Amino acid sequence: MQKITKLFKNQIFIPIAALLLLAVFNLICDPSFYKITLGYNSAGDPVLSGYLITILDYGSELAILAIGMTLVTAATGGQDISVGSAIAIAGSVMLRMLCGSNSRAETLQMPIIAAFLIACVVAMVFGAFNGILVAYFKIQPMVATLILYTAGRSIAAWINNNELPIVNDVSFTYFGGFIPGIPIPTPFFIALACMLIIALVLKFTTLGLYTQAVGINESSARLNGLNPKFVKFLTFVILGLCVAVAALIKVSRLSTINYSVIAKDIEMDAILAVALGGNALSGGKFNMTASIIGAYVIQFLTTTLYKFNVQSDALSAYKAVVVIILVVMSAPTVRKKMSDLAKKFNTGKTAKEVA
Amino acid sequence: MKNKLKNLSDTNLLLLITIVVFFVMYLCAMIFLGSGFLKAQTFFNILNANAALIIVSVGMSLVMITGGIDISVGGVVALVSMSCAVYLDYHDGNIFGSVLIALAIGLAFGLVQGFLIAYLDIQPFIVTLAGMFFARGMTTIVHTNPFNVANETFVALKDTRIVVPFMGSVNKLGKYVDAYIQIGVVVALLVVIFFFCLLRWTKLGRSFYAVGGNTQSALMLGINVKRTKFISYLLSGLLAGIGGYVYFLYVGSGAASHASGMEMNAIASSIIGGTMLTGGVGNILGTLFGVLSLSTIKNIVSSAGLGEAWWTNITIAAMLCIFLLVQSVVIARKKRAARK
Repeated sequence: MQKITKLFKNQIFIPIAALLLLAVFNLICDPSFYKITLGYNSAGDPVLSGYLITILDYGSELAILAIGMTLVTAATGGQDISVGSAIAIAGSVMLRMLCGSNSRAETLQMPIIAAFLIACVVAMVFGAFNGILVAYFKIQPMVATLILYTAGRSIAAWINNNELPIVNDVSFTYFGGFIPGIPIPTPFFIALACMLIIALVLKFTTLGLYTQAVGINESSARLNGLNPKFVKFLTFVILGLCVAVAALIKVSRLSTINYSVIAKDIEMDAILAVALGGNALSGGKFNMTASIIGAYVIQFLTTTLYKFNVQSDALSAYKAVVVIILVVMSAPTVRKKMSDLAKKFNTGKTAKEVA
Repeated sequence: MKNKLKNLSDTNLLLLITIVVFFVMYLCAMIFLGSGFLKAQTFFNILNANAALIIVSVGMSLVMITGGIDISVGGVVALVSMSCAVYLDYHDGNIFGSVLIALAIGLAFGLVQGFLIAYLDIQPFIVTLAGMFFARGMTTIVHTNPFNVANETFVALKDTRIVVPFMGSVNKLGKYVDAYIQIGVVVALLVVIFFFCLLRWTKLGRSFYAVGGNTQSALMLGINVKRTKFISYLLSGLLAGIGGYVYFLYVGSGAASHASGMEMNAIASSIIGGTMLTGGVGNILGTLFGVLSLSTIKNIVSSAGLGEAWWTNITIAAMLCIFLLVQSVVIARKKRAARK
């Protein structure tokens, strides 16, 4: 019994339970959900396809963003709502660098890696802008990032003079598609690399400890010799880096960009991933694994709904219902009531046994 | 008590900044851009187009004063206009019924969200985010394609113009044209006056400030914090319903993409109007001026020849940024002065 309560109290329980629930639901409704087939794409390379692969593929951007969002949430107790717009900016910069001033350039104007690095720097600068507003001017994160949320897509359009550049190089599609010969989509590997890096960083540096300390109690963190302002600033810069990586995948999927649609509402999904992972949105302790699982749960949900032919515009209504149920179940007040109820039930039972 | 007094002076200071900025901006527009801005009708057009935003922003300010946030309002506005449109055109509804639908939808959202936030202690951001998703999704489920309402009574109501005496202008043909406002503006102004009085002179209004300023002390003062929060979300939902109907009255159609980004405009207006997201500071009059400043700058940008669509958003963002910085600096300096 104790083991079970311990399991229930574990933070990672929430996203895993949600995942299992969805998995079982799909198994009952239509077992073909789990079918994975090996086929060949138009270039003749072997590719895996199936709903599970889709989840792993399209959940990558979300998982990458969830990493940065978790850190920002933990340190500042607020969320960055500008990630979608920032992806538009980073993607736009990347295309501008690859295509130069001619939006229909036949050849790449610079190596992909160089364009990516420039986009990284730009995204980190925008992250730093948010970070300065939050850390040094003490503006609430949601409000500070509202600025970039409003302006971001317009800035992205401005960078390319509202043209839609198209990259003609095949190697650019590898990042969002398949590398010839490898049947697993590349975004999954990119996400895996990001997870590995963040795992190493959290294990061997004090980043995790410092962000949690700042999030739990800023003044006591400062009295202990930390620099809370810099830690907050740093988390936003890291999120900027995550944004650039996600932008690379997003832009590579299409080889072009649509400023008003790219990564639309992804900020909401990223925040939901953090919340689903059972992390307090008011900051403090965090669990990175739970957040990443949360991201895949959301993608799982999206894919499941698509499978049932739900219109993409109506998708959000179903998502909202699921989210509300999950959040209500994990609310401290409700959990306490439920455990009280369970206790009462148990004591009643033992009393009966004694009698 | 001292804390309460200090907050009030913050409120007035930020309010003053907003009002001054608005008048300076409008004056500059009159001097440098001339013609259009000299006509009273330009100002009334701003009111006509933003009546719904004013109403919704009042609700947003209420919630923000108690320290919360409600980002479902844009979705609720879209859902209300779509439901009313479908009711009027496909079910031969009457005006009275459609108003009831609008109020019911707003109240329902307010009730559920308020309950979840106040009594179950769930973060307002998450709850209202889900509310927004739900409302947007439901709008599509109610009806997929955008359409214009053809109901005669409704169209008559939509085109009703209330003439403002002595404010008209002479047009190019030398004919005198009356200045007019629409019904929505009257509703919006009534809402502003009502909530201004509520916040200033009633016990409930004062408790909003107390809860937002410091929940702990509000609790010790004997204020029912949970109920106060609940009421703030209820009112915000109701106002989103009313605002939705006013919006519907202005556009006269139903579409899933209606009022997209309205929640962000409402938040921006409230902030420009001197409401702080941390709670306890804000003024409904400021919110009115916030909406007016926001839409004036939009007008200025488009009439100054910066035609490309992106300039509007970039200027709004820049304005928001400046206001936030001013707020943060002003508050920090005041705090330092108070400590001395």
